[in-house]
Amino acid sequence: MNDWVPFEWIAASRFLKEGRMQTLSILAGIGIGVGVIIFMSAALAGQLANVVRRVLSAQAHIVLVPPQEVARPLRGPEVAEAAIVQRPLQRVRSIDQWQRIIDEVAAMPAVTAVSPMASGSVLAVRGEATRSVSVQGVEPDRYFRIVPLPDKIVAGAARLGADDIVIGADLATDLGVRVGDKLNIAVASGQRATLTVSGIVDLGSKGANMRTTYVALHTAQALLGLIGGVSSIDVTVRDIYAAEDVAQRISALTGVEADSWIKTNTQLYLAISAQAIANTTIRFFVGLAIAFGIAAVLIVSVVQKSKEIGILRAMGASRGQILRVFLLQGAVLGLLGSVIGSALGALAIILWGALVRNPDGTPLFPLELDPELFLAAAILATLSGLIAAYVPALRGARLDPAAAIRG
Amino acid sequence: MADAVVLLEAVRKSYNVGTPVETEVLHGIDLALEKGELCALMGPSGSGKSTLLNLIGLLDRPSGGRLTIDGHETSGLGDKALTRLRGHTIGFVFQYHYLIPAFTALENVIMPMLVDRGRPDPEMRARAEALLDSVGLVPWRNNLATNMSGGQQQRVAVARALAMNPALLLADEPTGNLDTKSAQGVFDVMRAVNRDHGTTILVVTHNRSLADQCDRIVQIVDGRITPDEGTAAHG
Repeated sequence: MNDWVPFEWIAASRFLKEGRMQTLSILAGIGIGVGVIIFMSAALAGQLANVVRRVLSAQAHIVLVPPQEVARPLRGPEVAEAAIVQRPLQRVRSIDQWQRIIDEVAAMPAVTAVSPMASGSVLAVRGEATRSVSVQGVEPDRYFRIVPLPDKIVAGAARLGADDIVIGADLATDLGVRVGDKLNIAVASGQRATLTVSGIVDLGSKGANMRTTYVALHTAQALLGLIGGVSSIDVTVRDIYAAEDVAQRISALTGVEADSWIKTNTQLYLAISAQAIANTTIRFFVGLAIAFGIAAVLIVSVVQKSKEIGILRAMGASRGQILRVFLLQGAVLGLLGSVIGSALGALAIILWGALVRNPDGTPLFPLELDPELFLAAAILATLSGLIAAYVPALRGARLDPAAAIRG
Repeated sequence: MADAVVLLEAVRKSYNVGTPVETEVLHGIDLALEKGELCALMGPSGSGKSTLLNLIGLLDRPSGGRLTIDGHETSGLGDKALTRLRGHTIGFVFQYHYLIPAFTALENVIMPMLVDRGRPDPEMRARAEALLDSVGLVPWRNNLATNMSGGQQQRVAVARALAMNPALLLADEPTGNLDTKSAQGVFDVMRAVNRDHGTTILVVTHNRSLADQCDRIVQIVDGRITPDEGTAAHG
């Protein structure tokens, strides 16, 4: 008995120590449950981060494009209304006031990077071979903060001078070009240019590798007839799941059309959401099982200790004191169980990293030991213990001391 | 009766009140215990001894009548006030379940003071040591309750009952489970407490020879007190 320890702590710890087997069994149960929750949470976070990294590292979170052109029929007493209004063709147009829009969007706290782009369809010509490709004119410094092209380079460098072009790996193979070779670019309007292949990139998908080329913004503007203009603005945001909200705010602020990755990859987003919901459900039920386990052990303990409770009440212990003795036992079981569970979870995460690997030996996807996850597990388990202990504790506190002593 | 530590006036106790099986087990008890009295409560099984002891010990409430403990009329007191009065005024010695098994002898004696003050302090330890010394158990102070004989446990229980220096000590067949020698040893400790501290003691017992060593014997039969008997000591 240390002098600074209150009565409730002393009684709670002694009761737990006295029922050693019971305490150890429930601690093992809580530990395994918390371990499962921690591992599943880390697995979900790791898997999501992996999918998102793979999908979103090759595209912007939000793309701003000029508002669609619509045909507005005149209305008035002397004008007959057309029965059919044909949709106008959507030609490549520049975003009006794009430099002001970039400044405004970049100033938003939710936004991490903004990059203008002039893109359009062109033909890549090499000798007899011709391929229809998309040319994307970018400012390297800005664009590389959105799509880290230098990380994806497989040959050459991500250099985009006025005469340089970086092309997809499959396009390079198709056309038989290597770094340093010349490539002719022809546009439907008749514009032509001869550019030097400065780098070859692997964008992670055959489709993208077949038709993607990057040039400097000015080069694309000249080729596409968009002098001084841009056809779209790429944006990345801090919280990828808030992309749609941010897109709507940008749209309202600037009047341009803003498409978030959530809107353009609806199926992927739904799959991620469904997995998160399934995971949360499983974690909730594991947590519930832990809480019932703690409650069951404490209910038994209250029955076993009813005589002691009666004696304590007879010597002047208040109902509140008895209530706290059992609440504390619940909280201590939750906390200790979460420490064991954290160790088990961490072990599982480390084993996962060591054992589950791709055929090439790299980890399937990395799982992180996030301190916040362990802290959250400890707080949640302790709270669950407290809540689970409430009913047994109340039962103990309400025991009639005379009946309890009589047994 | 100005000095009465316990005063019962027409106290009744019924169980299953308001149901068809309502049973009155105490029928209008009048009893006064003076300060410093050592009184034996005797009676056959089922006569209401334990019920009476629980009422006086504030572990249960009367169904009617007035119960005054150490000058406090108890019918108007709430649970908290009753618990406090019990903790400060009354010490208990039970027949079974003598001690809390998770604690040592010394810790068991400290317990009532710990419950009252919240945290242990050196003064509590000193008092507990002194009380254990008075029942001759200092060498066993660090033994868990389960590692002591019945007589030793009961002497620790007496020491524990005295921890808060109560005005009243209630003992429910404290020697019922002990051999004659141990029983006399426990009784001697209580007699000494009564003599040295002036503690009022009410002891329920079936043991006539121990009852005869008390100042007074109160008999209860079928929930009614019969006229006091003299004792061999105080005939």
